Amino acid sequence: MADDLFNSFMNGPDEKGRFGIHGGRFVSETLMPLILSLEEEYNKAKDDPSFWAEMDFLWKHYVGRPSPLYFAERLTERLGGAKVYMKRDELNHTGAHKINNVLGQIILARRMGKTRIIAETGAGQHGVATATVCAKFGLKCVVYMGAHDVERQQPNVFRMKLLGAEVVPVTSGRGTLKDAMNDALRDWVTNVRDTFYCIGTVAGPHPYPAMVRDFQAIIGKETREQMMEAEGRLPDTLVAAIGGGSNAMGLFYPFLDEKDVKIIGVEAGGKGVNDKMEHCASLTGGRPGVLHGNRTYLLQDEDGQILEGFSISAGLDYPGIGPEHSWLHDIGRAQYVSITDKEALEAFQLCCETEGIIPALEPSHALGHVMKIAPELPKDHIICMNLCGRGDKDIFTVAKHLGVDMSGTEGRTAD
Amino acid sequence: MTRIDATFARLKADGKKAFVSYIMAGDPDVETSLAVMKGLPDAGVDIIELGLPFTDPMADGETIQLAGQRALAHGMSLDRTLQMVRDFRAGNDTTPIVLMGYYNPIYNRGVDTFLAQAKEAGIDGLIVVDLPPEEDEELCIPAQNAGLNFIRLATPTTDDKRLPKVLQNTSGFVYYVSITGITGAAAAQAAEVAPEVARIKAQTDIPVIVGFGIRTPETSREIASVADGCVVGSAIVSEIAAGKSPSDVLAFVKGLADGAHSA
Repeated sequence: MADDLFNSFMNGPDEKGRFGIHGGRFVSETLMPLILSLEEEYNKAKDDPSFWAEMDFLWKHYVGRPSPLYFAERLTERLGGAKVYMKRDELNHTGAHKINNVLGQIILARRMGKTRIIAETGAGQHGVATATVCAKFGLKCVVYMGAHDVERQQPNVFRMKLLGAEVVPVTSGRGTLKDAMNDALRDWVTNVRDTFYCIGTVAGPHPYPAMVRDFQAIIGKETREQMMEAEGRLPDTLVAAIGGGSNAMGLFYPFLDEKDVKIIGVEAGGKGVNDKMEHCASLTGGRPGVLHGNRTYLLQDEDGQILEGFSISAGLDYPGIGPEHSWLHDIGRAQYVSITDKEALEAFQLCCETEGIIPALEPSHALGHVMKIAPELPKDHIICMNLCGRGDKDIFTVAKHLGVDMSGTEGRTAD
Repeated sequence: MTRIDATFARLKADGKKAFVSYIMAGDPDVETSLAVMKGLPDAGVDIIELGLPFTDPMADGETIQLAGQRALAHGMSLDRTLQMVRDFRAGNDTTPIVLMGYYNPIYNRGVDTFLAQAKEAGIDGLIVVDLPPEEDEELCIPAQNAGLNFIRLATPTTDDKRLPKVLQNTSGFVYYVSITGITGAAAAQAAEVAPEVARIKAQTDIPVIVGFGIRTPETSREIASVADGCVVGSAIVSEIAAGKSPSDVLAFVKGLADGAHSA
């Protein structure tokens, strides 16, 4: 921890919800009173030991935390350099890190007396996590999902329906995560009195970016302890994939004041960060703007119109990024790079072959960057990457890209 | 005194309610929307709200979403929207124009540059949906300093405790959103709106105009009768979307304006 609190990177956001110039509360007046009461309720919960006791109980008995920190021995040998550890958040109930945050928000919603939960989802992981926790607590759940994503993430759509959620395919825009978030916000404005919007990433109006980060920070807290146990020291480098950036923020946050820990976020490079903007790399290829309640780096054209991202991974297909990442980028505390679809697919296959783990396409981007840097680093260098989701949902997408015909077998091999 | 203030002074002297209409700039193309815009004052429109197209209009229903998409598909931009205002102003120097939209295209231009350009083009006021009072330093204060009205939305969720904050830096008029919801949604009910308008008027002398959920001359009259006027947007945009000629659209607008003016 930092000796001097004033020099800490962990103090954000300020009272206006800003991280540097990023963040804020750019929402319509209808939502503003609710955002303020959410902030008040969250501040109360944050300091209430009974809130965290409930979280800890459910994290342990319902989610299966702590998730293991795993030394990827054969992958390390194959890469021939740094030691690679994986934080196994894909082993959580529902198969990704998303449920860490959903539990916190749903417990808050219950404290606020809200009876109807809405969520947006890209890959479907956040939608499944939300539907799951709503089923557990008997809450009505509506999930907005881009029509294009509904098509490429069928197994997750079916899971949500099994869990009793209503899945609304969104056809506005190009039918991806950004458009799902627009429609979720429209629903919220309409049903503001009984509805809680469970946002799936560290974006949106304050207090969401800070609140979601705090719920996901369990990843980094566990990693610190587990790494001390395994190696007797902290890792040298952290690597995590970023769409909105919640798994990355969760891993990074408890390490922000550790000057010797290098932090790398990996954006989705799609077909490559090019002039045609066929990527989702907001920090590498965007500039600051205002969307979905916060100021942050956005993919936009010269007139300030938002561009559609492009990625093989539905979970990273978002033209923005959480405002705290934008700030960490501005001040240089974290480094942000991009990995293309092709590189992520190679990483996906390598992980399957060397470790017997089928990763989601999202953390495959993180692994893609690990594959680039690990061979060049000394053998006593420790890299920890967040394996934030499992890849069962992605096998059809991967098969298609590898030229494998799985039509006709879909029903049996989905999971 | 801005054109907006002058308009309300005139209406007050005549004992009439204000009729405000919304169209999207460049929907479906600049030529058509400029033809409609030029005809609005003669159709009885007191104040024109001109929509600035944006890819992600989070507070708008499908009708206005699609209007924005049509405009953008035909190459509409902030520059072309400002040019439309100049072209309108060439033949009309009295009808107020309020630019209504979202913050990103303005922020992207740079607030100071935008305000200078908007003022020069002949825009009188701004409604920016995603800038609540908490973000007043972004655009509201600079706009007031530049001589533009910044019109704030008040909603059914704006309680008495919060209302002073909403009214504090509002000028021109207060736009009361009749429903919790998006544009083009459920019908507004005069019986529900009346006490809300009274609640706001108890705290301000600025005119209160009611919008959202008004689609017919009857509702236009009913809502205007319990406020200082009303706004119609999606119903007019629907006429444009149906491919009606500017003169047919304007005839529809006149019916709504007559409704409000008979209140």
